[in-house]
Amino acid sequence: MTNVTPIWEVFVRAKNGLAHRHVGSVHAADARGAVEAARDVYTRRSEGVSLWVVPSSAITASDPGESAALFAPAEDKIYRHPTFYTVPENVKNI
Amino acid sequence: MYTVDYSKPQDARVAQVEDSDRLAAFDARVAADDFIEPKDWMPEAYRKTLIRQISQHAHSEVVGMLPEGNWLTRAPTLRRKAILLAKIQDEGGHGLYLYSAAETLGVTREELIEALHAGRAKYSTIFNYPSLSWADMGAIGWLVDGAAIMNQVALQRTSYGPYARAMVRICKEESFHQRQGYEAMMVLATGTPAQRRMAQDALNRWWWPSLMMFGPPDESSPNSAQSIRWRIKRETNDELRQRFIDATVPQAEALGLTLPDPDLKWNEATQHYDFGPIDWDEFYAVVRGEGATAKDRIQARIDAWENNAWVREAALAHAQKHSTQHAA
Amino acid sequence: MSQTLTLSPFELALRLGDDALTLSHRLCEWCGHAPTLEVDLALSNIGLDLLGQAQFFLNYAGELEGAGRDADALAYHRDEYEFKNCLLAEQPNGDFARTIVRQLFFSTWQTLRFQELAQSSDKNFTAIAAKALKEVTYHANFAAEWVLRLGDGTKESKRRVVDGISWSWRYVDELFIGEDAALRPAWEAIVRAKLAQAGLEPPAPVRGITGGREGRHSEHLGHLLAEMQYLQRSHPNAQW
Repeated sequence: MTNVTPIWEVFVRAKNGLAHRHVGSVHAADARGAVEAARDVYTRRSEGVSLWVVPSSAITASDPGESAALFAPAEDKIYRHPTFYTVPENVKNI
Repeated sequence: MYTVDYSKPQDARVAQVEDSDRLAAFDARVAADDFIEPKDWMPEAYRKTLIRQISQHAHSEVVGMLPEGNWLTRAPTLRRKAILLAKIQDEGGHGLYLYSAAETLGVTREELIEALHAGRAKYSTIFNYPSLSWADMGAIGWLVDGAAIMNQVALQRTSYGPYARAMVRICKEESFHQRQGYEAMMVLATGTPAQRRMAQDALNRWWWPSLMMFGPPDESSPNSAQSIRWRIKRETNDELRQRFIDATVPQAEALGLTLPDPDLKWNEATQHYDFGPIDWDEFYAVVRGEGATAKDRIQARIDAWENNAWVREAALAHAQKHSTQHAA
Repeated sequence: MSQTLTLSPFELALRLGDDALTLSHRLCEWCGHAPTLEVDLALSNIGLDLLGQAQFFLNYAGELEGAGRDADALAYHRDEYEFKNCLLAEQPNGDFARTIVRQLFFSTWQTLRFQELAQSSDKNFTAIAAKALKEVTYHANFAAEWVLRLGDGTKESKRRVVDGISWSWRYVDELFIGEDAALRPAWEAIVRAKLAQAGLEPPAPVRGITGGREGRHSEHLGHLLAEMQYLQRSHPNAQW
């Protein structure tokens, strides 16, 4: 199939102080076109102050098949969570 | 419904043998209301069913722009024109979100569009009916969007993440679509005699096709059980259709219009409305592609796509010529 | 024939409203038929912005006139000779190249016109100018990007852009009659630069076709109005 227009993933920051969120994708031939399309498609109801568009091909995703190796080890290091430690109630600010 | 499964029973047969452990794990996740995300392992039948359902939904939104687009330049006030333009634009946007979601399953938008134009892909039967008066704009918003909303709310928790997120977005935007249609009908129903006739005529023509939107009766829907298990479908066709009728009858009464069903009657025992027989011959004919405007709709989409191919080609050529930092 | 009289606020509001009304209507015709969904949404956005401008300017015109007419009365119940839009705005869409060249020409003009309007002593005009400037700046940039892509895309797209320029160039003079003449040098500078960027020659000078500002339109406006006004004209005194 010829003439497949590239896909760009769209990230919108709704207001300053927040992080960009992935909201979907658009088709565009170039970066400027992708920004304009993203603005027209994803911010019609004033949902954004900042847009990022990234070619889908540029995104490297972790493999869900590896999620056990990638993410499970963190699950048993519970000493990284504050609830692991007991501090008497009368001791403040800690 | 935009997502009615028009597939034949044999489509659901899975050709390959799949790892039964993975299948069990997958089924357990879905049963626990967990979401399946792109690149997660999924049964091939699940992937195929999703691609078909999501793309059918997307095609429906895009084709759905046409019956309303038909009256846009004749909108009778600037306010109605703006509302209708915004609504149609939303529908285009919804189609876009859904094509995006389908693309995460390994198809391209171009492939999906080609399937639609070649007649291999379906779209909701409702858009094969003609929009013959301004009152149709009211009827479509009130009944067609009303029916769609009924299904879409539940799909916000469908099992496939990108589809669910698209549905959340769509539901947020959908709220004004039905209200503006009903309001437009209200103005007509309480207007001049000619306007009242226009509104009643529109209701007469759109009522039964709206009921058909929910798809064939449950006993004739072979794939529903699997789709419900996979959370691709949340409720049965008959459940949704009954809920729609129960909600809409009082709305019609409030308009002072008559629903074109002499058998429509409140049943005190069941606490639902009994209703007359649906012409399933008509439904299946429309599914086969024999609806009144079927050829017109597809031709309009083919024309828009093919006659403007030069635009897409030029944009790609320009990007190629001009900079690797600009092209993807 | 050039107009040297200063426009009254009513005449100005009518002219700017009619421009926005007719061009918005033309953009509505693309709905569902554009090259991609992204472009469909973009053209609808421009159409909605212009429709909002039309509503503002025509409502204000009605107020200034003081004869009880609002935007709908003006839009749906005047005849062709009473419309004061420029001829450029009422031209048929043609293909996407012709449409987007028209947008470049018109939105660039609107940008300059609204920058002027923002200096008005009339608070209503300055308010709408401030809002509309943001919109038309975007419209002009969007159009310029597409003229660039198409002008410097394929041989076919370039041919179509050249045709589109040829179609619309005849209506450029009309944008700069009367007081608007002062806007022309800036407009030429911007537009010629955009065309040059796309590797396009500006067209040879041509006798400008005018008359829209005096209510003498092209054959196209009649059909546009027949479609637009049909329901209101055939149902007098109905509410919608």
